[in-house]
Amino acid sequence: MANKRIDEPTGTETVGHEWDGIEELNTPLPRWWLYTFYATILFAAVYVVLYPAWPMVESATRGTLGWSSRGDLANEMTAADMARQSVVERIAATDIEKLPADPELMQAAIAGGAAAFKVNCVQCHGAGAAGSPGYPNLNDDDWIWGGTLTDIEYTMTHGIRWEGAEATRANYMPAFQGMFEPAQVDALAGHVLSLSGKGRSSAAGAQLFADNCAACHGTGGEGASAMGAPALGDAIWLFGDTEAAVKAQILAPRHGVMPAWQGRLDPVTIKMLAAYVHSRGGGQQPAPAPAADPASDVAAAAKANTGG
Amino acid sequence: MDEIERPAPPVAPADSGARDWGKALGHAAPEPAPEPEAGFMGSALYEKGKTVHNKRIDGPFRRFKWLVMLVTLGIYYVTPWIRWDRGPYAPDQAVLIDLANRRFYMFDIEIWPHEFYFVAGMLIMAGIGLFLVTSAVGRAWCGYACPQTVWTDLFQHVDRFFDGDRNARIRLDKAPWTASKIARRSAKWAVYLAIAFWTGGAWIMYFADAPTLTRDFWTGNAAPVAYATVAILTGTTFWLGGFMREQVCIYMCPWPRIQTAMLDEKSLIVTYKDWRGEQRGSLKKAAKNPDAYGDCIDCNMCVAVCPTGVDIREGQQIGCITCGLCIDACDKVMAEVGRPRGLIDYATLDQCKAEAAGAPPTPAWKALLRPRTLIYFTVWAGLGAGLLFALGTRTHTDLTVSPDRNPPFMLLKDGSVRNAYTLRLRNMEARPRAMEIALEGLPQGAVMWTESVSMENAARVQVVTVPANATEVLRVYVLLPDGVTANAFAFRLTSLDEQREQDVTETTFAMPGNP
Repeated sequence: MANKRIDEPTGTETVGHEWDGIEELNTPLPRWWLYTFYATILFAAVYVVLYPAWPMVESATRGTLGWSSRGDLANEMTAADMARQSVVERIAATDIEKLPADPELMQAAIAGGAAAFKVNCVQCHGAGAAGSPGYPNLNDDDWIWGGTLTDIEYTMTHGIRWEGAEATRANYMPAFQGMFEPAQVDALAGHVLSLSGKGRSSAAGAQLFADNCAACHGTGGEGASAMGAPALGDAIWLFGDTEAAVKAQILAPRHGVMPAWQGRLDPVTIKMLAAYVHSRGGGQQPAPAPAADPASDVAAAAKANTGG
Repeated sequence: MDEIERPAPPVAPADSGARDWGKALGHAAPEPAPEPEAGFMGSALYEKGKTVHNKRIDGPFRRFKWLVMLVTLGIYYVTPWIRWDRGPYAPDQAVLIDLANRRFYMFDIEIWPHEFYFVAGMLIMAGIGLFLVTSAVGRAWCGYACPQTVWTDLFQHVDRFFDGDRNARIRLDKAPWTASKIARRSAKWAVYLAIAFWTGGAWIMYFADAPTLTRDFWTGNAAPVAYATVAILTGTTFWLGGFMREQVCIYMCPWPRIQTAMLDEKSLIVTYKDWRGEQRGSLKKAAKNPDAYGDCIDCNMCVAVCPTGVDIREGQQIGCITCGLCIDACDKVMAEVGRPRGLIDYATLDQCKAEAAGAPPTPAWKALLRPRTLIYFTVWAGLGAGLLFALGTRTHTDLTVSPDRNPPFMLLKDGSVRNAYTLRLRNMEARPRAMEIALEGLPQGAVMWTESVSMENAARVQVVTVPANATEVLRVYVLLPDGVTANAFAFRLTSLDEQREQDVTETTFAMPGNP
């Protein structure tokens, strides 16, 4: 059947078949190519046994080595955790107020806190920690519950008005709806705004403030971070600095809630988060003695350094 | 005449009369006879490699090649070991490409990544320099300075040392594989390998402290990339220098092709003056019939000494690297037979034409001065001068400022506004320097502080110490008191040393109401 012959012009043997006078030269694959191909087949056979290969209905064959990409990821995560272990242990062993004394450790804590902040905090406080109405700005120097590292760590650990957290920070401003006449509300709001130079004060407003508000907010509206009473004499307003916003807050105060992170995040992560928030530019130093109004500190420092 | 050996004479060209110089240049005149063996299988495209056994020769060009080899190999092997004192904060290696720290040291010059245009400029200069050299003296790069040429030359000397000169090598090549041949070949290839390894080993020394790396290399502590680099370069040197040799020039290298486009009638090339040499004939034939023969005695010395195995008498060709060894050989023969030197010589095609027409020979250097060469030189020198100027006037300090964008500004309790900036203070000196940052263009009352300088010490001017050879990243807060507005302003950086280098970077102060 086969009619092999040597093709004269090329000197190559034909495969022996002929279709309408067309013949094909027998030019086999190069040996090296063929053996490479066989080697790949062998490789595939070994691979199928060792590694996950055949798709099944539910999963796939597991392979005798037990390798999986999820396992790889888990190993890498463990390795990363191990690499961080010594730093984490050092942070855990360091009192949070002593952290800034070790710049290297503080930097590590801030970096870790920045990462945790992106996961847990940006939803309310914003990516730049600048907050929004009702959600405090963490960059500024106004702290409702205190701005030292210890204060911030405590707030994060126990939350604010967080049900189920025993030691949570909580206070409630009474609603004055129905207690004041509209004219009284106007006068009070005017006085509150005048504390920061915005509104018009009046004797009636001042009297109302002294009677109803000064106990918590201070006679000059300086606030009290120990009980979480916001300062009213500064430029920072959590719920807005318009007369309408102030009146709304007098009549029916809103109270923000922050979760207690204890139990959700480990203490070291909370410590690192506190370090990060403290580093955003407004962190306060623990006062050895009851400090003067921090707001005037800035102005005083500014004056002192410009010779003004 | 014992110097002159006579291997089988090559087939003499059919047209032994006046040559077509256009063809010699590669501007092919139409050839009437197509090559019959170039069939559809393309068999003519492939030629089996022939080993070139070039004969030893001495002469001015050979000595020049020795000199160039000595200088180039000396530079290559020795440079990384030169020490250069830069003080305690910088490496003391004269030439160091520190990829890990992204620094490039060259004696007193230190290049940072942002100054990479110096390296780019030098590469462009090298390119234009090649054009300049080619337009002035032809393929001098190929003939003398190209690493492929230098290492091939070195390996050919190793051949000669182990196996003797041309004829002995040809004999040994053809000889069966006896024990003595195996021993000789093993020894020779071992030397090849040693040279190749030394070459690969020298390369990595440019990228790390040479003594440390050498110790690490032999104790197994060097980076894997060091071993890989040495292995690759050892392999390529062994293979390209020991075996591929002229085939690299003829088949692999693009430069001969580029040069084909760059050479013209005024380029200096190695030429055989056929108007003088043809008709070739041995001394005996010429003695019988002096009028019928030219100066070429067809001794084939020019072919025997050629490191790429070409016959220069066939005209300019891609295999000719213009090393001038055939000139040395021919001059020697001409001296022995009492004929004037220069039958094969450096000359331009125009000069050859004029000489053929009876004009007196022109000195070769006259080919150097022509518009093309001068223009290349002007561009090349201009670039060099520009780079030198940039190098001389660059400052070793730099300041970049990026304002925080989220949040862009921060209102503080007392109504003042705070902006945060990330400053990068670059100190390119190999010593720590105190630098002063000052606010410019902000109204009275504006102050700044950093993470290390607390808010209590805020001022219009802060002094920081920037570590040697480093960029200090600094987060800076700028505060503007209540009631004052500002927009555009600048940070001024001043080095607090005798140099008083300055850099001013403009930025903006964001506050409510600012665009």
